[in-house]
Amino acid sequence: MNPQLFALAIFDGIAYAALVFLVAVGLTLIFGVLRVLNVAHGSFYAMGAYATASVGAAIFAAGYSPWLAFPLMLVAAVLVGVIVGGPIEKLLLSRIYEMEEVLQILVTFAVFMILEDVQRLIWGAQPFFEASALMALGNVEVFGITYTAYQLILLPAVAVSVLIGLRLFLRRTLSGKLILAVTEDREAATSIGINAERVYLVTFIVGASLAAFGGALASATTSVQPGMGADMIVLSFAVVATAGLGQIEGAALAALLIGLGRSFAIYLWPELEVLIPYLIMLLVLLIRPEGLFGKSRTRKI
Amino acid sequence: MQFNLRTVVPSLIVLAVAVLPLLAPTTQVLLTLALSKGLAVLGVIVLLQAGQVSFGHALFFGVSAYAAAFVGKGFGGGELFSMLAIGVVASLAISVVVGLFVVRYRHIFFGMLNLAVSMIFFSLLEKFYHVTGGSDGLSVARPLFLGIEMEREGFEMVLFYLVLVLALGAAWLTHRFLNSPIGNMMRTIKTNEVRLEYLGVSARNTLLVGYIVSAGLCGLGGALAAVAQGVVTPEYAWWIRSGEFVFIAILGGSGSVGGAFVGSLLYEAVRTYASAFAGDVWQMILGIVLLFVILFAPSGITGLFARLTGRKASPASEEAGQ
Amino acid sequence: MTERVLLEAKGLEIRFGGVVAAQDINIQIHEGHNLAIIGPNGAGKTTFLNICTGYLKPHKGKVFFDGKDVTRLQPRHLVRRGVARAFQIPQLFTEHSVLENLLIAGAAQSRRWSPFRPLHQIPERKAMLHLLDMVKCSHIADRPVSELPEGQRKLVDIAIALALKPKLLFMDEPTSGVASSEKFEVLDIIAEALTEAKVTSVFVEHDMGIVDRFADEVAVWNRGEVLFRGPPDDVLNHPDVIRDVIGEEV
Repeated sequence: MNPQLFALAIFDGIAYAALVFLVAVGLTLIFGVLRVLNVAHGSFYAMGAYATASVGAAIFAAGYSPWLAFPLMLVAAVLVGVIVGGPIEKLLLSRIYEMEEVLQILVTFAVFMILEDVQRLIWGAQPFFEASALMALGNVEVFGITYTAYQLILLPAVAVSVLIGLRLFLRRTLSGKLILAVTEDREAATSIGINAERVYLVTFIVGASLAAFGGALASATTSVQPGMGADMIVLSFAVVATAGLGQIEGAALAALLIGLGRSFAIYLWPELEVLIPYLIMLLVLLIRPEGLFGKSRTRKI
Repeated sequence: MQFNLRTVVPSLIVLAVAVLPLLAPTTQVLLTLALSKGLAVLGVIVLLQAGQVSFGHALFFGVSAYAAAFVGKGFGGGELFSMLAIGVVASLAISVVVGLFVVRYRHIFFGMLNLAVSMIFFSLLEKFYHVTGGSDGLSVARPLFLGIEMEREGFEMVLFYLVLVLALGAAWLTHRFLNSPIGNMMRTIKTNEVRLEYLGVSARNTLLVGYIVSAGLCGLGGALAAVAQGVVTPEYAWWIRSGEFVFIAILGGSGSVGGAFVGSLLYEAVRTYASAFAGDVWQMILGIVLLFVILFAPSGITGLFARLTGRKASPASEEAGQ
Repeated sequence: MTERVLLEAKGLEIRFGGVVAAQDINIQIHEGHNLAIIGPNGAGKTTFLNICTGYLKPHKGKVFFDGKDVTRLQPRHLVRRGVARAFQIPQLFTEHSVLENLLIAGAAQSRRWSPFRPLHQIPERKAMLHLLDMVKCSHIADRPVSELPEGQRKLVDIAIALALKPKLLFMDEPTSGVASSEKFEVLDIIAEALTEAKVTSVFVEHDMGIVDRFADEVAVWNRGEVLFRGPPDDVLNHPDVIRDVIGEEV
């Protein structure tokens, strides 16, 4: 592997990891608070991508500036989080927190099945490709390699800001502290008057918006098509499980690990591309069943 | 001999399924496939008894189907029973390897790790097309039946009744298994794993036994489906297929072995006649039905039936009544 | 005394997230006794039970059972060697009936896996029915355990432990959660069953009335240190014990 390919693999890996991180961090945040691993999370990613790509295509065709793509991504992410995520938590998940775990899993699985067809009904089965945002930022040259600024600078910058922003939000703001309190001990938090229902709703919307934001950003770099949500939920689960459930900083590292693993596989053993994330996850879980940063919980008896 | 609805209705259903192909030959392949899937669903139900759901059990359906297809190719036409046997053995072997790993986990981890393994297998099937035929899959020639070469119609008839007998046998044996000491121990993984360990029993090994049983059932279903369809494709091991098994298990009722077949017969019938009109929204309909069943009738069709006839569907309480 | 030592803890220490929960625990448990461990809240009594039954692993020290080092064994291994346990919150199989709970325990004890024989027809059934009789629960054999009042759940929990034919039985507050009017009744049933089963037992308890009635030996315990040990009459009337331990309970 010559140095150029090596650098390319690293750039690819970082850009990919940034996207996966956004989705995975939402998944792990929701799990930490609601204790439900949301199988429908990949659908938020896909819907964020579809919304951005389809609306973007329409407004750029009408002659508007491609720079509008960036605010559009933010708007799409928040809208998906609020309009799709909000009602799912409020109307459905809030009814199942007391249920057996297997039924909780099945409920989110049912939501996933429904959302897959919702996407197909709204956006059809034809792939969308809308790369105006990618073009708008142009290319940069590093180590003699020309790479898109969007993937090499913007995506990692967004991922790092989300990581820092989330940390500050959770540690420094009131809402964040409430979320952490509910994560630590749900009963204690409720008993001192924290409105757990509200915390759940806010967390779910934030988590769903992060996934949709990941999709919105991804839409500029890849074609948006049916099935992308299914692939993403398994991939982001791999990241979350590798890191340890509920570990936010850990998810960033695991995303990087899996992103780089995958991009090196593309250059070295292309057949294994799809397998690498799972192989990394299986390997980590074999050695550390709780994930890299997860803590084992012993039930009190 | 008591004649109550609880025994009469299931017998009537079995009878109806047995004679339907004679009256309406077009239903024969459909029923064969529905019962094959029902066997796989039965496997999923075994794990649901332990409170675990696998989103990747199509893995064993696919492993067995491909193993049967290879046997069919390797021995020029193949022989039905050896194909079934090799298929089941292959899925059992894989289930030991995968099982040793996944039984360390519960709930969402269990479900998703199974999904991950099945996705690995799925992508291998697509990538290594020299061996597996890629996404076109492999064709499965009509095998010999006990060394006899048969015409298509005759063979399909024989296959249908074979599947019916195997399904009844598997249902009976699974019912016995779930009511046995080891079956009951497996069911306590759902309610109190700590106590199970404090009885001197390894919860992981107990779940592993259930996992292998469930994979064997999926394998039997997969090999039969491969022979019935005459072709195997990666779609056999796809996650949508796994999801379908779970869906049918919940729809039919995860509390009893009958639920697997009631669910799969109903599912295949509706799918065949309704998906033509609702192909675009089929997943959505399934999802909505699944939500309704979970929220309003968590014990499924057989659970509703048991409630109507005044009995619980739990296998243990049936036995207790003897 | 020259009684045989059944279980011995040497220098046990355990920490939870850096906080030392119990330190330098040293205790011998002799065969044939019914030892009560008393001590203030947070003295590490349940932790001690968790270590001795393999649920928690100590950071330092060793546990010997029948002369063999069992420190690193899992609960199931200890059960197979004869250490059983009843719980403060009864640990039952909530989707099974009372009798089925015991049948599962009986099948586990005799390693009877037989995948096609109905649970209700195993040869241990008779012995299990007798056990139910011993804990006065025969009349509720077919009731789901989830419907029982706490006192009966406690009894079933202990019957399950006895079904394992243990040499040593640990009980974590055998009467906690039981209505105070029924405590002595439940306790007498347990005492009788233990005598019949000829089991050495160790139990953790807060209620001194129960200790006095039930134990034939008492160990007063704080942070792992055994302060006093002896027959209930001596220990419970010792002025220091009354001041430091019993005083807190009133």
